[in-house]
Amino acid sequence: MLERHPIQKLTAIFTGGAVGALIRVGLSESFPHSVAAWPWPTFVVNITGAFLIGYLFAAFRDRPPGQIHHPFLAIGICGTLTTFSTMQLELFNMLEMGETALAGLYLTASLLIGYFALRLGIAVETLRRGTSN
Amino acid sequence: MSLTGWVLIGAAGGLAAVFRYLLDAEIARLANSPFPIGILAVNLTGALLVGLAAGSTLSGQTLTIVAGGLIGSFTTFSTWILDTHKLALLDQMRLAWLNIAVSTVAGLAAVVLGHAIAV
Repeated sequence: MLERHPIQKLTAIFTGGAVGALIRVGLSESFPHSVAAWPWPTFVVNITGAFLIGYLFAAFRDRPPGQIHHPFLAIGICGTLTTFSTMQLELFNMLEMGETALAGLYLTASLLIGYFALRLGIAVETLRRGTSN
Repeated sequence: MSLTGWVLIGAAGGLAAVFRYLLDAEIARLANSPFPIGILAVNLTGALLVGLAAGSTLSGQTLTIVAGGLIGSFTTFSTWILDTHKLALLDQMRLAWLNIAVSTVAGLAAVVLGHAIAV
């Protein structure tokens, strides 16, 4: 398997992953919240990460593959800064507490604003490219 | 959180990211389909594991390291949304909606299952 995945690339993903995890868990430890409250730490990292991965997707679309920046930034930092499992656990906890409306709002907002943030990231990079040429 | 705890969270995050990448790449290579089944498998596995962790006797720092550092880093929101957008770019709108619906519904079911069978 390793011949398809050079060690430099895996090292870049590992380093980005460590950074992303420390930022995400650091935020959730700094801003604890009850299970019946809006999970701001997870919401903020997921929306921010969606914006960043959109920007990177647009920035790297015409670059040759094999560069180390993309695995470090997109797979490592963005992939790890954001989380699916914590969001699903938060939804589960809300539903268990009978906070059905909050759960519905949290899921809908994460998906809608997350997708909007991704498109915004793409648009900002495209605009930046247009003005710098 | 102790210094050792933060070191473990960094290491867990790095390992989980590498594991996510390798698993996604291998599944995508075997499946050879435009549907992002690799990240779906990663996210559903992580949802099951986080349900197991939350329902287990783990607590405090250990739970934060396992659930937040390891499992939280393994799964991803940003790649999931980007993969969905890529399906839309390919005019695969039904697959794009399917990716959102299956992840959300099966993800929650996986947490419920993990929580129920946790010891």
